[in-house]
Amino acid sequence: MNFKNRFNTYNWDEQKTSIYSKTSRDVENALTSKKRTLEDFKSLISPAATPYLEQMASLSHDLTTKRFGKTIQMFAPMYLSNECNNICTYCGFSLDNKVKRKTLTDTEILKEVAFIKAQGFNHILLVTGEANHTVHVSYFKNAIQLIKSHFANISIEVQPLETQDYKELHEAGVYSVLVYQETYHKEVYKHYHPKGKKSNFDYRLETPDRVGQSGTHKIGLGVLLGLEDWRVDSFFCALHLDYLQKTYWQTKYSISFPRMRPAEGIIEPNVIVTDKELVQLLCAYRLLNEDVELSISTRESENLRNNIIPLGVTSMSAGSKTNPGGYIVEPESLEQFEISDERNISQISHLIKQSGYEPVYKDWDHALSHL
Amino acid sequence: MFKIADKEFSSRLFLGSGKYGSSKEMYESIIASGTQMVTVALKRIDTDAPSDDLIEALKKANVKLWPNTSGVRNAKEAVFAAQLAREALETNWIKLEIHPDPRYLMPDPIETLKATEELAKLGFIVLPYIHADPVLCKRLEDAGTAAVMPLGSPIGSNKGLKTEDFLEIIIEQSKVPVIVDAGIGAPSHAARALEMGADAVLVNTAIASSNNSIQMAIAFKNAVIAGRLAFEAGLSKVSNKASATSPLTSFLNK
Repeated sequence: MNFKNRFNTYNWDEQKTSIYSKTSRDVENALTSKKRTLEDFKSLISPAATPYLEQMASLSHDLTTKRFGKTIQMFAPMYLSNECNNICTYCGFSLDNKVKRKTLTDTEILKEVAFIKAQGFNHILLVTGEANHTVHVSYFKNAIQLIKSHFANISIEVQPLETQDYKELHEAGVYSVLVYQETYHKEVYKHYHPKGKKSNFDYRLETPDRVGQSGTHKIGLGVLLGLEDWRVDSFFCALHLDYLQKTYWQTKYSISFPRMRPAEGIIEPNVIVTDKELVQLLCAYRLLNEDVELSISTRESENLRNNIIPLGVTSMSAGSKTNPGGYIVEPESLEQFEISDERNISQISHLIKQSGYEPVYKDWDHALSHL
Repeated sequence: MFKIADKEFSSRLFLGSGKYGSSKEMYESIIASGTQMVTVALKRIDTDAPSDDLIEALKKANVKLWPNTSGVRNAKEAVFAAQLAREALETNWIKLEIHPDPRYLMPDPIETLKATEELAKLGFIVLPYIHADPVLCKRLEDAGTAAVMPLGSPIGSNKGLKTEDFLEIIIEQSKVPVIVDAGIGAPSHAARALEMGADAVLVNTAIASSNNSIQMAIAFKNAVIAGRLAFEAGLSKVSNKASATSPLTSFLNK
């Protein structure tokens, strides 16, 4: 049984009703519970939990410190391409956005690498759109081969691939694969993704299963905050996480919190997720799951990033560019979205230290997975 | 004094190097604890960097650097990692950690035994992290392990000696030093392990994640000393009631 089968036994509206009918008593039970369940998670992300935010933050802080210590893992995204054959109404790379596209060549990749490396980064996230004719598995393998000696840890956030592709990329040196469902609301998914391979909801839903089967070390999940009701979407994401952890028990997991940001030619968010709600969600994940990694990107504002460090976060990016060649090669190329926190790595590193945390640059070694 | 392989230790407290808020805090905690050996994950060491903060701080503390294989999922990866660690840190000591389960970090007994056999043959001083399994400990001895490192409770859980009954058996049977690793969350847990006759303990989270890690390091230092002294002195037997005034066998004296 893969996740799709499990997912299909759930109904969006029923879950929504269930979350919105949680009471303060449910929240209190969830807070005092020793081992929290998905029902507890629903209580913690429900409107009824809003008055308990301080208590949630405090518990989240304690659990995170116990598991991860006072450390924050640093990473940088590197966009390889903004070519894309999908139409996604919220994304700057959408096919119908008639702007010149770019895919980095070997020389350009190495130039970007040199810049990122000089900042001190050792963990990198490679990002692309979905353009299977040019940006395919062999393109990725070539890129990984090029950069492998420069980075201790390589993650990818690219189009969904087949199990065999993930196996090959894992062997080539990919440590983790990030793939966000965007929304688990199957009926409206099609409206946000009217054209391209991405419009196939089920194929995307089954992607983490294929990654899990490939033996990849880590899988990153998330929903795009701003599309549909974040509480319901996040419940389904937690359900997905729960299934994956039980099925692919040797794999690590991370959750990201991509909140919609302005980008060229995109729709306005359907729902606004406030800072307060984002913190509630972050803490709820930690209370559900002591070991999942929680990542906060430069999509978030300086003010939020200044204060969110002790609340359960385990990894952060800094000084990010969201366009191919954005660091040095072609700063003006089409970007996926505007970042919010524009501070560079030394400023963020300083911020983390000021908060009593150690920024960690290296926490993996290719030697550990290559035999 | 006690010995692992050919090295003598006066401190029975070993430390980890993860989870500290800064290298400075780690350094000061190490100094305060009086430890002589600190384990460091190979994956955290940056061999390419001209100076690695973590290693610099550990070198300054003048302790034995003890690489671990954290992150590997099987024996093959562990052996490879150990060889790299030997090169990077110039030591043949290895803290063998094979936990394929990233959630509870439970050690894999089968892969650990395989890796220990192979690493011992390759001349490593192997100290494997294992479940508190007395049979596995004897098998590891046969495989040439330098010590055994059974867990007190799940790593990072601070739950103390949940495996106490099995630790007792291990300590009773072992011909190699027994170091209780993982789960020690309070100085009293460490003291208890030493009172039971464990040769040493390894502590990380309880010190590194403390609000005052330096003071906590001192607390552990003293707890370990107290536990060992008590063990050597011999603990009085625990009894819930006073001795019977009319012993069952008093008739024999009449």
